[in-house]
Amino acid sequence: LRGGEVSKMAGADGDDSLYPIAVLIDELRNEDVQLRLNSIKKLSTIALALGVERTRTELLPFLTDTIYDEDEVLLALAEQLGNFTMLVGGPEYVHCLLPPLESLATVEETVVRDKAVESLRKISQEHSPVDLEVHFEPLVKRLASGDWFTSRTSACGLFSVCYPRVSSTVKAEIRQHFRTLCSDDTPMVRRAAASKLGEFAKVLELEYVKSDIISLFTALASDEQDSVRLLAVEACVSIATLLPQEDLETLVMPTLRQAAEDKSWRVRYMVADKFSELQKAVGPEITKNDLVPAFQNLLKDCEAEVRAAAANKVKEFCENLPEDNREQIIMTHILPCVKELVSDTNQHVKSALASVIMGLSTILGKDNTIEHLLPLFLAQLKDECPEVRLNIISNLDCVNEVIGIRQLSQSLLPAIVELAEDAKWRVRLAIIEYMPLLAGQLGVEFFDEKLNTLCMAWLIDHVYAIREAATCNLMKLVEKFGAEWAQNTIVPKVLGMANDPNYLHRMTTLFCINALSKACGQEITTKQMLPVVLKMSNDQVANVRFNVAKSLQKIGPILDSNALQTEVKPVLEKLASDTDMDVKYFAQEAISGKSFPITEYPPESRQHFYKIFIDVQDQLVNV
Amino acid sequence: MAGKLLFKGREKDPPHLVSDSHQFVFSADIISTVEFNYSGELLATGDKGGRVVIFQHEQESKNRPHLRGEYNVYSTFQSHEPEFDYLKSLEIEEKINKIRWLPQQNAAHFLLSTNDKTIKLWKISERDKRAEGYNLKDEDGRLRDPFRITSLRVPVLMPMDLMVEASPRRIFANAHTYHINSISVNSDHETYLSADDLRINLWHLEITDRSFNIVDIKPANMEELTEVITAAECHPHQCNVFVYSSSKGTIRLCDMRAAALCDRHSKFFEEPEDPSSRSFFSEIISSISDVKFSHSGRYMMTRDYLSVKVWDLNMENRPVETYQVHEYLRSKLCSLYENDCIFDKFECCWNGSDSAIMTGSYNNFFRMFDRNTRRDITLEASRESSKPRATLKPRKVSTGGKRKKDEISVDSLDFNKKILHTAWHPKDNVIAVAATNNLYIFQDKIN
Repeated sequence: LRGGEVSKMAGADGDDSLYPIAVLIDELRNEDVQLRLNSIKKLSTIALALGVERTRTELLPFLTDTIYDEDEVLLALAEQLGNFTMLVGGPEYVHCLLPPLESLATVEETVVRDKAVESLRKISQEHSPVDLEVHFEPLVKRLASGDWFTSRTSACGLFSVCYPRVSSTVKAEIRQHFRTLCSDDTPMVRRAAASKLGEFAKVLELEYVKSDIISLFTALASDEQDSVRLLAVEACVSIATLLPQEDLETLVMPTLRQAAEDKSWRVRYMVADKFSELQKAVGPEITKNDLVPAFQNLLKDCEAEVRAAAANKVKEFCENLPEDNREQIIMTHILPCVKELVSDTNQHVKSALASVIMGLSTILGKDNTIEHLLPLFLAQLKDECPEVRLNIISNLDCVNEVIGIRQLSQSLLPAIVELAEDAKWRVRLAIIEYMPLLAGQLGVEFFDEKLNTLCMAWLIDHVYAIREAATCNLMKLVEKFGAEWAQNTIVPKVLGMANDPNYLHRMTTLFCINALSKACGQEITTKQMLPVVLKMSNDQVANVRFNVAKSLQKIGPILDSNALQTEVKPVLEKLASDTDMDVKYFAQEAISGKSFPITEYPPESRQHFYKIFIDVQDQLVNV
Repeated sequence: MAGKLLFKGREKDPPHLVSDSHQFVFSADIISTVEFNYSGELLATGDKGGRVVIFQHEQESKNRPHLRGEYNVYSTFQSHEPEFDYLKSLEIEEKINKIRWLPQQNAAHFLLSTNDKTIKLWKISERDKRAEGYNLKDEDGRLRDPFRITSLRVPVLMPMDLMVEASPRRIFANAHTYHINSISVNSDHETYLSADDLRINLWHLEITDRSFNIVDIKPANMEELTEVITAAECHPHQCNVFVYSSSKGTIRLCDMRAAALCDRHSKFFEEPEDPSSRSFFSEIISSISDVKFSHSGRYMMTRDYLSVKVWDLNMENRPVETYQVHEYLRSKLCSLYENDCIFDKFECCWNGSDSAIMTGSYNNFFRMFDRNTRRDITLEASRESSKPRATLKPRKVSTGGKRKKDEISVDSLDFNKKILHTAWHPKDNVIAVAATNNLYIFQDKIN
């Protein structure tokens, strides 16, 4: 690397070329965090200008003590240093980066510490085996035996990267350090060790996995702190994948069984949450004998959080069952529990189940689905909790493939209508978002017949957020069904609202035109929409008039230049001399063609705030 | 041992500790909480003005071997400001209700402070180096000609006078509808709980945008409200256990392992009421104002208006020890009710080895009880009676008709001078006593 030469050249070249670098260096200590952050992000530029020598002897010592700064600056610094090897002179000098990263690895902010550890792991690969033992490994030891737990937690993440590349004596030391940290006094360090246990096990020789890791794993899995025990569940997955099948039963399963029945619901929750991974790790035989009953228990757990986590895994668990007797296991063991969950007392459990239950139909096939699953789907479609119904509706595609949507449509429609008219506007909003998906699955015919009226009704909802979502929904429908469909079914209804006595509805016409014009194309926009917009420029409500100006600006690019000159321009000019200042403002904006952010309102915009006020009121009433 | 305590004079008063000899006390200066950190090296106080003052234990000096070293001001900062909740038209006081230290994790110290609504995590750190040398300006701050820069200067760090900085690290807000009365850091060192009148929330120390409600005693109809939560604390070793006390004089122990919601308790501590002493005030004076686990985790102590009780966690039906704090006030309850003193919330604390307990009373008196010898003592925290290095004299309140020499009559007690907040050093016999706007630090005499 030619850092030094760059700096010499810069010096010879003339003074002004150093100026930007000088600014960057000075701004490393600017009072403004953003400027400091900016300088840190360009640290490589500074280092390049200083050259490798000065970077090592001046810049890095300065950075080593820069640990008082804001988290975001430290985070950026920790990240930069991970890519600094070439800037300090290549792998030969990479150890110079250790001191600043070591001090960053002891700060209290977890994200910064984690980033420092990540960078240390990265540069560890650039150390030669000798440097690793001379420089890197001592750093790991220092951190591991540090006074403060922040340094000891950081050490936990570094063992696995140096272990494979050091001599067997050093390996023994590293194993010893890890053992010590696994029984550290503070729960934080034990948590850090537990979370790195799996990763460390992967780099250990199998004999040490059996002799060392298993005992540590067993100890952590029966730690007095719930938060440590639950992390051991995660390690369980990695350890199980490392061991030969015949050892699993004696070395891992006792601990896993214990975790699945732990007194603390948080640990059982973790087991439920990791169930698919555990299932893959222990293999089909143990799954059949042990995990199926364990899973049944989790589905029937007394704590709703655990049941919800297990319910979330129902589909994945069933999918991964050994194929030879998958159907039998599901029908006799899992389905009875699932049936109970459909009428669970807790709505989170029901809605977790609703988000995956449809997936079972592909596994069980048409006949079983119709006989056993369909009644459950229908029950959930009628659930009192809207979230459950929404989750079923949003996953209809899986059932569609197996039995066709017609089987469901009978119950589907009332469920959708009910959600569409729910008193909570957030629920209405959620179902609107599924409309394009539903329309795709049900087909245009069914849609026109049953759902189109709903979509149009949302346009005159009394909550602005719903009207807004409804216009967006129309756009997506047009994208799906095409311009011709739009011309026949949607556009006439939308344009009809331009004559509505309520000015909010008239404005909705404009918002719809804004959204639809692009999908409908030039022809429809010019021939059908433009005349309506232009006519509305005579509206008596100023809010409508200035929205006309905004609409004209929006659809302008779609129109041909003839229409722009002969029709749009005169109207905008007329609006630009309107009596209302807001109308004037937006008309002028449209004429000058400036794009402007929607949130930026002209000062003293009385009318406009009136509009906002109404919409806010709408929403407050409906929260 | 209590008699050997002596007053520790301070060289300089921190800004908000105005002498009470002026009679006039700014209400913002009234100390509202006192707390030692885990090592006892630091002592934090919070006041009604939203300020936190931290005192540091100075190293022992050779020329004054009889003293253990003083506590001097280490850092002062404004933790909370008065606020206004526009949606509810409510003023939110800046008064610091509680301070809790976090176990030390690196060279810096961290504490949680809370007012009625918002909990803040503060970092208190030292800085003793300063960067020097700019490219674009001279040492004296004059700008250099940008076109005359011929070389780059990297700043160098130079030693400087020690500076202590307090910086807000996290703000845990918007989770309490009612007033926060307690915060307590869990032994897993990653979560803490906060309790208000009706609910207890569990927080992760690194996550500010959500907390979990673990106890909710709010009745569906607020007119049916009969009981409020008065204090809550996590067990010192078992991460899943916490207790909360109620205005009905009961304590519930909950196990977070059993369920995510702890509305159902696992243990319920209540002493059956003695029907002979029942009066109009029974319910008010049985309300628990503070609950504290012993360091060992085997016992807990509760303070009600007239007494301190020690409970064995394994025995729910009655306390193992009961100490009368100021039984002579029983006949005065009527007037204490009229001047609202009956609602004062006295706190209590254990010494480092759990062998003694301390709690406050009126007239700047505080009480200490030795659990082994069952002896008790009343001491007074006041400038007049406790000169630096003087030994505190035991005080006595006359209860009978005839007042002996050195005794104080119940009628002459000053109920405006109350000691609500006290703290005991986690290892040594050093105590901190907050008397209105004064902080007194007493320590065992070393002979």
